[in-house]
Amino acid sequence: MIKKTVANVREALEGVSDGMTFMLGGFGLCGIPENAIAQLVTLGIKDITCISNNAGVDDFGLGLLLQEHQIKKMISSYVGENDEFERQMLSGELEVELTPQGTLAEKCRAAQAGFPAFYTPAGYGTEVAEGKETREFDGKMYVLEPAYKADFSFVKAWKGDEAGNLIFKGTARNFNPCMCGAAKITVAEVEELLPAGSLDPNEIHIPGIFVQRIFQGVEYEKRIEQRTVRSRN
Amino acid sequence: MLDKNGIAKRIAREVKDGYYVNLGIGIPTLVANFVRDDISVEFQSENGVLGMGPFPFEGEEDADVINAGKQTITTLPGASFFDSATSFGMIRGQHVDLTILGAMEVAENGDIANWKIPGKMVKGMGGAMDLVASAENIIVAMMHTNKAGKSKLLKECTLPLTGVGCVKKVVTNLAVMEVTQDGFKLLERAPGVSVDEIVVATEGKLLVEGEIPEMES
Repeated sequence: MIKKTVANVREALEGVSDGMTFMLGGFGLCGIPENAIAQLVTLGIKDITCISNNAGVDDFGLGLLLQEHQIKKMISSYVGENDEFERQMLSGELEVELTPQGTLAEKCRAAQAGFPAFYTPAGYGTEVAEGKETREFDGKMYVLEPAYKADFSFVKAWKGDEAGNLIFKGTARNFNPCMCGAAKITVAEVEELLPAGSLDPNEIHIPGIFVQRIFQGVEYEKRIEQRTVRSRN
Repeated sequence: MLDKNGIAKRIAREVKDGYYVNLGIGIPTLVANFVRDDISVEFQSENGVLGMGPFPFEGEEDADVINAGKQTITTLPGASFFDSATSFGMIRGQHVDLTILGAMEVAENGDIANWKIPGKMVKGMGGAMDLVASAENIIVAMMHTNKAGKSKLLKECTLPLTGVGCVKKVVTNLAVMEVTQDGFKLLERAPGVSVDEIVVATEGKLLVEGEIPEMES
């Protein structure tokens, strides 16, 4: 067994520095790497490029990095629900690259799987395709999209073991598996870190080969963005 | 004339037994409330769930189980969770049978604009461009005119496009229309709405052939 455990978030983020590109898992605030984000704030590194489907809310998720002006560029599919983001974007402080959600996921997965680029129909005929190579297959038009290149991936899983194997929970899975192994170094934080052999190999979502560092996360807030309920009557 | 629930109720009749359906945010979300309960349908949410159920009872919310609108949800027996690349594989690979979404504008050739208004804060396209580029069966749910009273069914979209030539059907507060090679073909009138009213409210080419029935309520 190749051991991937590190003691804490400090060790897990060793080597991050100004100007790097990071992938961060999560959809809205669901399944975000809360510990890694907090540590990036503590480290105070600047000029980061973040590849993340969303940009958090004002006081949580990537919003915490925005408050400290640590992000130079956001690559996302949807960036609503964040006033500070809007202010920085409109003032030109923050560069924003909007990418269709499925294309964003696949650009991560392509990096993970060793594809330099792929053709997708998403965005053909729209401004997303401007300046990009297009090609017809079987009478339908497609846009060539390159894989992302990133220095670190920060992902959050439900359970993990010392070998870096991961299991996700519910819709907190989202972009996290696609980002594992898609950057030079993948850092996984988990709610429950277990000894090797504790997880059934049949039920592993992401094999440890895609993960370089794994640590036991602490104090998960797991904030709900839109609490919707129905009455019992 | 239909209200938002009326539009959703009419679209629910397009949902057939055995369909996997993706519902957009807004009026499309309401469609789930009106699908017949004697047919088997599974709702897909692009953040990674098939077999979405209703909102949870108070106190049973799970931060790890949400829909694409970031709302807490439940799952039904037979449900599954998956990652975002798999989710869009279902969509891009045309495994989802029906996509219902809102729009700011639809053109007579099936172009759709629903993500960006120049000069206003752009929040992003989310999954809309992937959905419209791939789905074989796309129904748009929207009001026939905007708040200023201008038609949203146009010869050509004026706003930045989300996708080209992709919309198959449009259900508005006034009418049901099919997008054909020759323009919007009027299929049904909303209760109490005349053909003339629909003609006036439609800027794009509207094909009116024979008697147009009033929609069944």
